[in-house]
Amino acid sequence: MKSTIITILKKELKRFFSDKRMAFTTILLPGIMIFIMYNFMGDAFSDMMTVDDEYVYSIECVNMPASIRTLLENTSIAGGLKDTDTGDGNEAKKELESKDSTLDLYIVFPENFENDIAVYNSTSGEKAPQVEVYYNSASTESQTAYKIFIEIMDSYESSMTNKFDINSDSSVQYDLANEKDSAATIFSSMLPMLLLLFIFSACMSIGPESISGEKERGTIATMLVTPAKRSHIALGKIIALSIIALLSGISSTIGTLLSLPKLTGTDEGSIDTNVYSISDYALLAVIILSSVLIIVTLISIISAFARSTKEAGTYITPLMIVVMLIGLSGMFSNGTKTELYNYIIPMYNSVQCMIGVFSFEVLPMGMLLTVITNILYTGIGVFVLTRMFNDERIMFNK
Amino acid sequence: MEELLSVEKLHKTFKLSSKQQKLERTNSKYKVAVDGISFKAYKGEVFGLLGPNGAGKTTTLRMLATLIKPDGGDALIDGASIVKEADKVRQKIGFLTSELKLEEYFTPNYLYYFFSELHKVPEDIREKRKEEIFSLFEIGKFAEVKVADLSTGMKQKVSLAVSIVHDPDIIIFDEPTNGLDVLTARVVTDFIQTLKERGKTVIVSTHIFSLIERVCDRVGIIIDGKMILCDTLDNIKAGQSLEDKFFDIYKETVGTEI
Repeated sequence: MKSTIITILKKELKRFFSDKRMAFTTILLPGIMIFIMYNFMGDAFSDMMTVDDEYVYSIECVNMPASIRTLLENTSIAGGLKDTDTGDGNEAKKELESKDSTLDLYIVFPENFENDIAVYNSTSGEKAPQVEVYYNSASTESQTAYKIFIEIMDSYESSMTNKFDINSDSSVQYDLANEKDSAATIFSSMLPMLLLLFIFSACMSIGPESISGEKERGTIATMLVTPAKRSHIALGKIIALSIIALLSGISSTIGTLLSLPKLTGTDEGSIDTNVYSISDYALLAVIILSSVLIIVTLISIISAFARSTKEAGTYITPLMIVVMLIGLSGMFSNGTKTELYNYIIPMYNSVQCMIGVFSFEVLPMGMLLTVITNILYTGIGVFVLTRMFNDERIMFNK
Repeated sequence: MEELLSVEKLHKTFKLSSKQQKLERTNSKYKVAVDGISFKAYKGEVFGLLGPNGAGKTTTLRMLATLIKPDGGDALIDGASIVKEADKVRQKIGFLTSELKLEEYFTPNYLYYFFSELHKVPEDIREKRKEEIFSLFEIGKFAEVKVADLSTGMKQKVSLAVSIVHDPDIIIFDEPTNGLDVLTARVVTDFIQTLKERGKTVIVSTHIFSLIERVCDRVGIIIDGKMILCDTLDNIKAGQSLEDKFFDIYKETVGTEI
C-alpha cells in the first residue's frame, strides 16, 4: 500500500513539475506578486497619509490651555495653532465644511479646562469636561491634524485616568466633511480599482474561450478559410467581447454603488451617490468603455497567442495582478494627476480619469487624451490580432 | 477531364522549437514538412493523400486551404493561385478537419446562417440551399437542437454541412474519419460519395486504407514530405491490397521496417 501511495505521489509531483510554466505560476509567481504588491501598498499608504513636510497647518483654538500647547510643542501641528474667540464658532465650522478650506481644525476647550479636570471625579457619575474637535475627513491635511491632536490628547487623558472626553456628544457632528466630499473621497479611492477588476474579470472569463477556445476546437480554422477578412473577424470578436464586458461592468458598477455605503460602514446617510450628475455618469461611461476596449484587446492578444484556454488563463493572471496594482494606485492617491503624460499610460490613465470624475476634479485635456490614446491602443491591438490570425505559427501551433 | 487543382512543387519548412528538436531527435532548427509536392485533381474526382502521421498531408492541405503559406511552389485551384489569390481560393473551396468541434451552444440552423454569412452566400439562395443541404444530411428535424444535444453522427453531419454552405467545387477533408466510430465514419464516406456523384472534386488526406479504397479514384502516397507515388488507385495497387503495397513502398523509401 505504501509503495502505491509513493508511486502515485511521485507521478503527481512529476506531472506538476514537468510543466515549467505551471510550476512557475503556481509556486513562484504568487510570492513575487505578493512581495511587489505589499511593497507597493506600503509605499502608497505612506504617500497617502503623509502631508507635505513644508505644509503649515491652520488650527483655530478656543480656550486652549498652556499645558496642552506645551504638549503639542514638538508636533508638526504646533506651528499652526492660533488662539481665537469666534463666538459660537459657526464661521470656522462653515469653513471646515469645504475640503479645500485653509482651516484644518477647530478646537474648543471648556473655559476653565485645567481647573475643571483638576476637580473632576471620574467616579462621581457626572459628565466629564468636554473637548470638541471639528475637522473634515475629506481633507488629508485636516484628517492628519485631527489624528495628531487626538493621539496627543488620548495619551494625556490616559495619564490622568479619564478626566475629560473628546467629541463624546453623539448629537454633534464633528466631522464636517459635506456629503459631496465624503462621496468623492470614498468613491474615488475605491471604485477605480473595483471597476477595473470587475471589467477585467468579465473579460477574463470570456476572452480566452472566444479565441484560444476556438483554436482548440478547430472552429477558428473553419472561419479563416472563409472569404471573411481576418481584420473583420478580429474586430468582430473584440467588439462582441467589449459589449459583454461592458454589460458586466455596468452590473458590477450598479451593485457597487448600491452597496458601497454599507461596505464602508457609512450607510447612515453620510454618503450619497446622488451627488453625481448625469454628465458625471456619462463621463464615467466613456472612460469605462475605452478601458474595456483596451482590456479586451490585451486579453484577446494573449488568448490568440496561447495554445489553449488553460494556457491563456496562465498568461492572463499576471496581467490581472498588474491591473490590480494600477487600480490600487487610485486608492492611495491624493486627487488626480495634472501632468498630461499620466494620461497616455494605458489603464493608469483610466484610473486617473475615474478619480477625476468621482472627486469632481476632471481634467478635460487628460480625459480627452485618455479616450484618444485608449482608442489608438485598441486600433494597434486589432492590427496585432489580425497579424496573429494571419500567422500560421500562432494559429496552428500545438 | 477538366483540371480543377494543379499543385506545383509545393514546399514548406517549419522552424523547430528546442522542444520539437528533442522530440524529432535532430540538431537542425528546421524541418522540411512538404518537399516539392506536385499533383493534379480533376472535376468529379476524389483524390486521396495517403501517408503515415507526420508525412506532410495536413500541411499540404492547409496550404491548399490558404491557412498557411507555402515557402515554395504554388497551387492553382480552379485557376486561382493559393499564393497570390488567397481570397479567390477561399470562395472556391470547402475545408473540414477532424479537429473541428462545433460550439455546443449553437443550433445547426444558426451555424448554417453564420457560415453562409462568412462565405457571403447571396441571401436569396440561402433558404433553398439550406433545404438541400439539410435534406441531404437529414438534419432538418434537428435544425433547432443545440449541438450539445446531438448524437456524434449528427454533429459530424452538421460539421460537413457547414463546410459546404457556399456550394464549393473543391472540398478538402483533412483526416475526416479520424477518431470517429464506425457509424459516424460511414456518414463521412457516404458524404464523399455523394459529393463525387454531384460532380465535386474532393481532396482527402488519411492514413486509413479502407477509406482510400472505398472512395478514391486517384491516390498520392506521401512519405517524409515527398510525393512518392501518384496514380490511379488500381495502378497503385497493381493487384495487391493497398495496405501491402503501401508498406512495400514505405520500406523501399525509408529503408527500414516499420
